[in-house]
Amino acid sequence: MNAAPGLVTESGQDARSLVIRDLVKEYRRNKPVLRGINLTIAGHGLTAVIGPSGTGKSTLLRCINRLVEPTSGEIKFMGQDLARLRGRQLREARRRIGMVFQEYNLVERLTVMENLLSGRLGYVPVWRAWLRKFPQADIDRAFGLLDAVGLERVALRRADALSGGQRQRVGIARAIMQEPDLILADEPTSSLDPKTSVEIMEILSRLAGERDIPVIVNIHNVGLAKRFAQRVVGMTGGHVVYDGPPDGLTDADLKAIYGGENWLDERP
Amino acid sequence: MSTVGTAIDREWVRFTPAQRLGRYALYLAAVIAIVWSFRTIEIIPEFLYDSPQQIADLFVRMWPMDWSYFGEAVWASLIETLHIATLGTILSLFFAVPLGLVAARNLTPVPVLNWFAHFLFVTSRSVNSLVWALLFVAIFGPGPLAGTLAIAFRSIGFVGKLFGEALEEANQGSIEALVAAGAPKRSQILMGYWPQVRPAFWSIALFRWDINIRESAVLGLVGAGGIGVALDTALNLLYWDQVAVVLLTIFAVVVLAELVVTAIRQRAL
Repeated sequence: MNAAPGLVTESGQDARSLVIRDLVKEYRRNKPVLRGINLTIAGHGLTAVIGPSGTGKSTLLRCINRLVEPTSGEIKFMGQDLARLRGRQLREARRRIGMVFQEYNLVERLTVMENLLSGRLGYVPVWRAWLRKFPQADIDRAFGLLDAVGLERVALRRADALSGGQRQRVGIARAIMQEPDLILADEPTSSLDPKTSVEIMEILSRLAGERDIPVIVNIHNVGLAKRFAQRVVGMTGGHVVYDGPPDGLTDADLKAIYGGENWLDERP
Repeated sequence: MSTVGTAIDREWVRFTPAQRLGRYALYLAAVIAIVWSFRTIEIIPEFLYDSPQQIADLFVRMWPMDWSYFGEAVWASLIETLHIATLGTILSLFFAVPLGLVAARNLTPVPVLNWFAHFLFVTSRSVNSLVWALLFVAIFGPGPLAGTLAIAFRSIGFVGKLFGEALEEANQGSIEALVAAGAPKRSQILMGYWPQVRPAFWSIALFRWDINIRESAVLGLVGAGGIGVALDTALNLLYWDQVAVVLLTIFAVVVLAELVVTAIRQRAL
């Protein structure tokens, strides 16, 4: 590992690193979507997971914060096996992991500010959330993040009044509000136009980079993956078939990941 | 190319033969039911023949209306009716909201509890308000308290069922985001579900209040208070000019409630 300021544990890995061992997920018996994934993600930098639709990228990401229950395997993070946590422990582990969604998943009828503050719901008592009496530190941080993503003027606008790009900025800011030790982004740009996609990836990598939060992004746009990721993981059929730097990704690798080759000629 | 030929040869039909057979069977069943019901309905022709005179006679006896009865008894019992409907609706919300939370399968993933809540809804809805009123008159004696409770218990099923369905239709993506942030269940409900179902909730409550105005108007027939008591008294004494006043008042109030509900829905929801 290079000069990242992350803490180093006795095992030689930084504190925020994620270790996935033999992860299997079957939605139906004996039809695994993930067939024994082994990955170690460093505690800094942006890792892109690429692969065709339906290959288990989203399942992999959702197994990490247990929106999907893994069938077997280990997910070691911050000294815990996330795959074994239950109840309160699981909730407390989830607070450390921010998530950005393809469809933004904002609460549409709440304001931008309320959506940002909902990133703190794991920490704020229920009655405070209900009365909107969030700690001043949270409100200050929310305003700071709104400035950082360029949404300071729409803080009091309802989320359903925003454009797709603006909504995803709120989604990213909400994830950062958690002060997470890891950010999972599930196809964050797939519902957006190409220009907005680049802007969203820039914001995501900048905000996470400034805070040295490791990010795992599912993305099917190979160009964006190469541009923003320090590491690319290629998946196909529930296996990892490429794992390395974006520069090392050859046409042969892409063919192995996506199958076929005619589509390669049409890349810009 | 041969694709042109095959495209013409292919045929698209809306229904499969089995579906078509099923539809014809349904039509046939409907015709049989109509014919059968005509044969068993037993209309007594003598009643039918003189019904125009009977109705005309009724209207003659209603006119002129006895407006003094309005100040004597109708006004006070009208206010009582509004109180019964409003308090009954509010009371029902206190029972229906928790039951709706239990009934929603996405919020309470325990089939036994869902089933239990739905069982209570069906119980509440299958018993008519008049029957609920008879029950509460037997417990608390005649008066508006029995009427209010009857309205409340009749409404639990309606409000709870619709509120539960609104919860089930809430966008799960938003909830998923709160789960991923480590929000406890109660925070998910207050910050995720409630903003999404709030318009539906108030709409259901207003709709039920509107229905309850109408239902509480007849509760007096079994002694459960409200304007129905005035109607019952007038009917028993065969004072048709007073009956007319009561009926007209009920009609006016129902129309007024309808207008109020529509206005609130347009402005606020």
